[in-house]
Amino acid sequence: MAELRLSHLSKVFAGGVVGVDDVSLAVGEGAFTALVGPSGCGKTTILRLVAGLEEPTDGSVHIGPRDVTWLPPRERDVAMVFQNYALYPHLTVRENIGFPLRVRKIAAPEVARRVRKAAELLEIDALLERKPAQLSGGQRQRAALARAIVREPALFLFDEPLSNLDAQVRAQTRAELVALHRRLGATMLYVTHDQVEAMTMAQSVAVMAKGRVLQEGAPMTLYREPASLAVARFIGSPSINTVTGRTTGTRFEGALSCDARVAAHAEAVLAVRPEHLVLGPAIDASPAIITLVEPLGPESLVRLRLRSGEDLVARVAGEAPWHVGDDVGVRVVPGEGLCFRASDGARLSARRDAP
Amino acid sequence: MRDARARRTIGYAAAVALALLMVAPFLWMLSTALMDEFEVYQAPPPLFPSAPRFANFTEALTALPFALYFRNSLILAAATVAGQVITAAMAGYAFARHRFAGRTPLFAVYLGTLMIPGIALLVPRFLIVDAMGLVDTVAGLVSVELVAAWGIFLMRQYFLSLPRDMEDAARLDGASEWQVFTRVALPLARPAIATVALFAFIDAWKALLWPLIIARSPNLRVVEAGVASFHGMYYANWPWQMAAAVAALVPVLVVFLVAQKAFLRGLAFGGFK
Repeated sequence: MAELRLSHLSKVFAGGVVGVDDVSLAVGEGAFTALVGPSGCGKTTILRLVAGLEEPTDGSVHIGPRDVTWLPPRERDVAMVFQNYALYPHLTVRENIGFPLRVRKIAAPEVARRVRKAAELLEIDALLERKPAQLSGGQRQRAALARAIVREPALFLFDEPLSNLDAQVRAQTRAELVALHRRLGATMLYVTHDQVEAMTMAQSVAVMAKGRVLQEGAPMTLYREPASLAVARFIGSPSINTVTGRTTGTRFEGALSCDARVAAHAEAVLAVRPEHLVLGPAIDASPAIITLVEPLGPESLVRLRLRSGEDLVARVAGEAPWHVGDDVGVRVVPGEGLCFRASDGARLSARRDAP
Repeated sequence: MRDARARRTIGYAAAVALALLMVAPFLWMLSTALMDEFEVYQAPPPLFPSAPRFANFTEALTALPFALYFRNSLILAAATVAGQVITAAMAGYAFARHRFAGRTPLFAVYLGTLMIPGIALLVPRFLIVDAMGLVDTVAGLVSVELVAAWGIFLMRQYFLSLPRDMEDAARLDGASEWQVFTRVALPLARPAIATVALFAFIDAWKALLWPLIIARSPNLRVVEAGVASFHGMYYANWPWQMAAAVAALVPVLVVFLVAQKAFLRGLAFGGFK
């Protein structure tokens, strides 16, 4: 186990495309950090730079005390789980798991012992003689994980490992990966475009866009205190509601109006989480019409359109008492509206956890 | 419904006609191999032998030292297959996966050599081999087809079609570049290797011109030269020649069947994502 430290890491591809732009990031020893962002944001490139499959244009990569920036992959003591698992199709599961040990010339009895241990940990010991083509997606995933853990690397890299699994297996594997992390105490860097995965699994999440890290922090910090509109929009499902307007000292005035902890007078965007919209008659409510009600069981998502044209979604407990076409008033839970500058998406509201 | 059926019938008929066209020379060869020496010259020539004469095979194959010829052909074919597979796999992999100075122009030059007909190379090749003192030796016989540009091209295209992830996974798993090549890339390229091997074998086996000019002593003759020598300037023993030709065909059939299996198994791998 070791700490991973990226400092001022940049990667410009041939042709001038900037893949990674001055990224500094640390993953503590034994920590689980997720890199999340839309496709093309550079998260996979960072993973490949850490793995040694790409060479950086600038900056450095440290694993523990070692500067590995220019070391070949096999000298970095890093294991990676690929999106398509990258199992060797001509080898059995046993040979696949044992491959990292055999190429390191570890003695056969030791290889056999450690393969068995890894296979038992991932509950695939009954599948060892099969070829990858004879496995289901979930089983392949486990075989790839077993191959990664078998040599006890300093660092684990995951490149969207769950995206090829169907929803049910994915949810289950998510929980198992977290348990595996706890059990191994390993340092893990996990890349995904799925913010739900990032939020539910990682201790720390770094949101990326256009090759840069926009914000890094604990999942709930990102959710509650996004530093920019882009992060606010990326984190959370359904997405945060936004309406445009102006801040006037202590208030936001627009299609929705509410108190705002803002000093500036500026063109602004108000962002409100679906659970922070209250539906029903009130003095300061804005008029809206219900466009869709989605009952989810414990809660319902109510989609509505403001008279001024903006679409919103509200999250209400239990069964919603409204129907499509109903007129309803909507307002923001006091203190829960976040204002961002309209021009660049920078945050205007003071942090709520600030004094 | 009826339309589809009619169309299918026509399709099958065309396929059968084409198949007959392809198979007919082989059947005629087989038929001639079993005829009496003089039966062949009847007009019109008969399609089938009046009485199959299997002795043609033993007579033809003992009239000349065919055991020796087969041995020579096998040496030539084995060396050609080994040489072409090894060079094509290594060069193809380098062209597909490694960046090095002059990669693109060098590849263009390789491809360019495909435009030169082999017969135009006959004299220069002979002069070079002669200068090396290898005329009338096994080394001289096998020397000229050890590297094939089309094989390099085929291997390169195949390696390009393989996902890089497996090679990257091997690198992270601790494999050296050589191990990535031999333990991951090569096994995945089996269908392409089978194709290169198959064509190299057939090319070497049917080679006549080069073996003929490079081998002065009868000890270095190949099967094709033996088959051809039944055809003299004034007289041709067709049944013996065809019997020898049928015998020469057997190894090709065997190799084809073996390679085809490997080829299909390889395709099954290719389909796995």
